[in-house]
Amino acid sequence: MDHDSDILIVGGGLNGPATALALALSGLRVTVIDALPAETRGDDGFDGRGYALALASVRLLRRIGVWDRVAAHSQPMLEIKVTDGRAGEAPSPFFLHFDHAEIEEGPMGHMVEDRYLRRALTEAMAESDLITVLGGETVVAQAVDDTGARVTLASGRTLTGALLIGCDGRRSGTAERAGIKRTGWDYGQTALVCAIDHEKPHGGVAHQYFMPPGPLAILPLPGNRSSIVWTESKDRAAQIQALDDVSYLQVLRPRFGDFLGEISLAGKRFTYPLSLTVANDFIAARLALVGDAAHGMHPIAGQGLNAGLRDIGALAQVLSEARARGEDIGALTVLRRYQEWRRFDTASLALATDMSNKLFSSDNPLLRAARDIGMGAINAMPRLRRTFIREAAGLTGDLPDLMR
Amino acid sequence: MQSDAQTAPKSTIDPAEVAKFEAMAADWWDPDGKFKPLHMLNPCRLDYITRQIAAEYDRDLSADRPFDGLRILDIGCGGGLLCEPMARLGATVVGADAAERNIPVARIHAEQSGLEIDYRHTTAEAMAADGEQFDVVLNMEVVEHVADPLSYLTACHDLLKPRGLHVCSTINRNPKSFAMAIVGAEYVMRWLPKGTHDWRKFITPDELFDLMRKAGLDPVDRKGFVFNPVSWQWRLSDRDLSVNYVTASIRPE
Repeated sequence: MDHDSDILIVGGGLNGPATALALALSGLRVTVIDALPAETRGDDGFDGRGYALALASVRLLRRIGVWDRVAAHSQPMLEIKVTDGRAGEAPSPFFLHFDHAEIEEGPMGHMVEDRYLRRALTEAMAESDLITVLGGETVVAQAVDDTGARVTLASGRTLTGALLIGCDGRRSGTAERAGIKRTGWDYGQTALVCAIDHEKPHGGVAHQYFMPPGPLAILPLPGNRSSIVWTESKDRAAQIQALDDVSYLQVLRPRFGDFLGEISLAGKRFTYPLSLTVANDFIAARLALVGDAAHGMHPIAGQGLNAGLRDIGALAQVLSEARARGEDIGALTVLRRYQEWRRFDTASLALATDMSNKLFSSDNPLLRAARDIGMGAINAMPRLRRTFIREAAGLTGDLPDLMR
Repeated sequence: MQSDAQTAPKSTIDPAEVAKFEAMAADWWDPDGKFKPLHMLNPCRLDYITRQIAAEYDRDLSADRPFDGLRILDIGCGGGLLCEPMARLGATVVGADAAERNIPVARIHAEQSGLEIDYRHTTAEAMAADGEQFDVVLNMEVVEHVADPLSYLTACHDLLKPRGLHVCSTINRNPKSFAMAIVGAEYVMRWLPKGTHDWRKFITPDELFDLMRKAGLDPVDRKGFVFNPVSWQWRLSDRDLSVNYVTASIRPE
């Protein structure tokens, strides 16, 4: 019963701190074990990474005291344009156009740069008396018994809690140590990610082009700057990533079009191999997995972080209700409520993301005609279109209280 | 049963009922075991109990140990499914059960959970005769098993301090409850062993309120426990008390 904290969280990325803040809201004492030292996390330079946060995610971040710290640096996404395109050709005339004016909740989401989100999470954690952050520490062993979980750190220190939460990404060591197996597959594709400065304003419009090699997303950042997520086959991506900046831009430019004027790189270039990895169980004895540790998704629509925040909203609600009832927060009966809540949602999202990628990555003329007609049809039907907008804003499904 | 009759004096518990639960006692804490239906109902029961206590004693359920200073008795405590949450919320808890075999099971589990709970092999009547008094008496799914409900509820009344809270749940008596609680739970779903309940002992909410008034208690609230077969969960209902239901009553000053 006398644990070091109620909850031990492994992972100091985005989901770990967000989980800590959400749980501290309901009075739980939390320790976050982060492999990176605090100084590294505090680095303030723009590295080119940004997140498309759905409206529901923004609401959760507001509730955990993070949104107000990043709002000034965020760019609302007022419209989303989805176009079927081929490099060097004019986009297909059929495209989807989602305008936030069609739903009453406001912008469908916001773009936030990684550096601001990271800093806001760190600051918010520092202000909470219930959260302890251990930087530069890695877990080397974990064990559970009837009353709690115990982790051993590389420094030799041991910590105990009623519940261990793995927020340690798609290769989660927490899941592995608990014997949780994963199901997944490789897409043979790589996402190229960068930020660009452009001459003309983007007007808060996000673009998604479905190209034969894979989708290209242009997501508006504050000012005349956009985040680019661009998918190519694995080999082609490796070739492009190896190019110098000038040649890299030359490859990007024809895909990009000229509607934003002259473009230049703003920050580092990243590559992420695309694969889907889902943990066969999201829970085990005194253990819960959150975010990529539970479901590493194809980042095609920026759904990775949004899905993680949904996990956090659901887990925080399940644990907060259990605590108010006097239940053991690490009991399997409690954790199962979280798994049941999240697993169906995750499986359907992973499947939908996978299917839309396959459908839209094809250059088969028949398939291309079919999807163009499909997109035109969706666009012509306001009710269906509004459903898609709500979906993009993360407002569908069984929403946790923190996202309402 | 001989030993029970000797160690638990002047009980209104029907000895045949106690034997049935003794046979089931070891499985209390297995959420997928014989007591699965109780584990499924437990969050809903706890929601009602904790909210009633918080309202009566003005406690904040989001605080640490909100029930500090409250003395709570759980009658028919079984393996401690209600006692442990109450102890975790800070209450001083006594768990009483007429089935002797439940007591060591509950004690071992409380110890494993690091909780201090006073488990006793005794009856409500015996504790009342000893002059024990509590801020809260939990009387969940017991009254339908006793031989003399009025005498039993009078003992529950005597166990309360003035202004004390009595939470009592049981099963309604009507064709639907027969279909759900006996045919459904015992024969179709096999949630409960056949013969767990005797339908003739079920009590309607109005009958229960009458009995409580006769026992000197002021009924203040009643709600239904309703099972949703789609979400596979129990929830509280203001209107549907047709099968399982729960009540709150107060001992007047």
